[in-house]
Amino acid sequence: MSLERKRREMAGQNKTNVAAEPGKQEMTITREFDAPRELVFKAFTDPGLVPQWWGPGRLSTLVDKLDARSGGQWRFINQDPDGNEYGFHGVYHEILAPERIIDTFEFEGLPEKGHVSLDTALFDVLPGNRTRLTIQSVFRSVADRDGMVMSGMESGLSEGFERLDEILAKQKK
Amino acid sequence: MDIFVALSDPTRRAILEILASSGELPATDIYEHFSASPQAISQHLKVLREANLVVMEKHAQKHLYSLNPYTLSQFEIWVQQTRQRWEESFQALDKVLEAEKQKLVQGEQERK
Repeated sequence: MSLERKRREMAGQNKTNVAAEPGKQEMTITREFDAPRELVFKAFTDPGLVPQWWGPGRLSTLVDKLDARSGGQWRFINQDPDGNEYGFHGVYHEILAPERIIDTFEFEGLPEKGHVSLDTALFDVLPGNRTRLTIQSVFRSVADRDGMVMSGMESGLSEGFERLDEILAKQKK
Repeated sequence: MDIFVALSDPTRRAILEILASSGELPATDIYEHFSASPQAISQHLKVLREANLVVMEKHAQKHLYSLNPYTLSQFEIWVQQTRQRWEESFQALDKVLEAEKQKLVQGEQERK
């Protein structure tokens, strides 16, 4: 547990926190922003703003659909420099401006359909015109949760970890 | 310091490989593997320590380094990777919000 404590100590203001327990189907991401919640909410629901921050930095994001109302659909496409496309889509179950977005999320690049997560994003007002964002994701299985980031779209980020796997494999010998 | 940043440097990965094959090593032995100054390697060891990738024990005058087996669990790596992925997006979002705030301020000034 000392590691957990150390991580909290190292995480100052405006640091992303990921809370996830081994063997569970959920994870919770929290982050604070130096902006009023109306603006943070707008950044999630404005088709002009979403491409400026959504997805990994090395990929561009196209908004195919963004119907920001309860029952509306969304579909975003990440494009890498080689022109490969990775689609994501879902339905807004509830949009309650500016405090809550509940939606489904599915990565279209998986070999099998139906690996959907249910995401609840809460936008809480903090003193000083700041906002706390909490995103809770519930997946269909533990494998779905833990597999998300290991998919192809993360290959760039994974390189460092593949090297680590090699190092670990050597250690085991 | 998170794991991903710590792993992004080739010297630090080399240090991990040395520790993986040697087990526990005094800092001075690690320095000998590199042409860089002991001070530079010492800085790398500090980063690896802060990322919880290695642990250091003091024995008499020696600083003994070894890999931290707990941190290197797949699950821990997955959490760090997820955090890194979101942090990257959120840092971009910080910039978007800053620009939007500027627009609001400008809009108010124009109305005055």
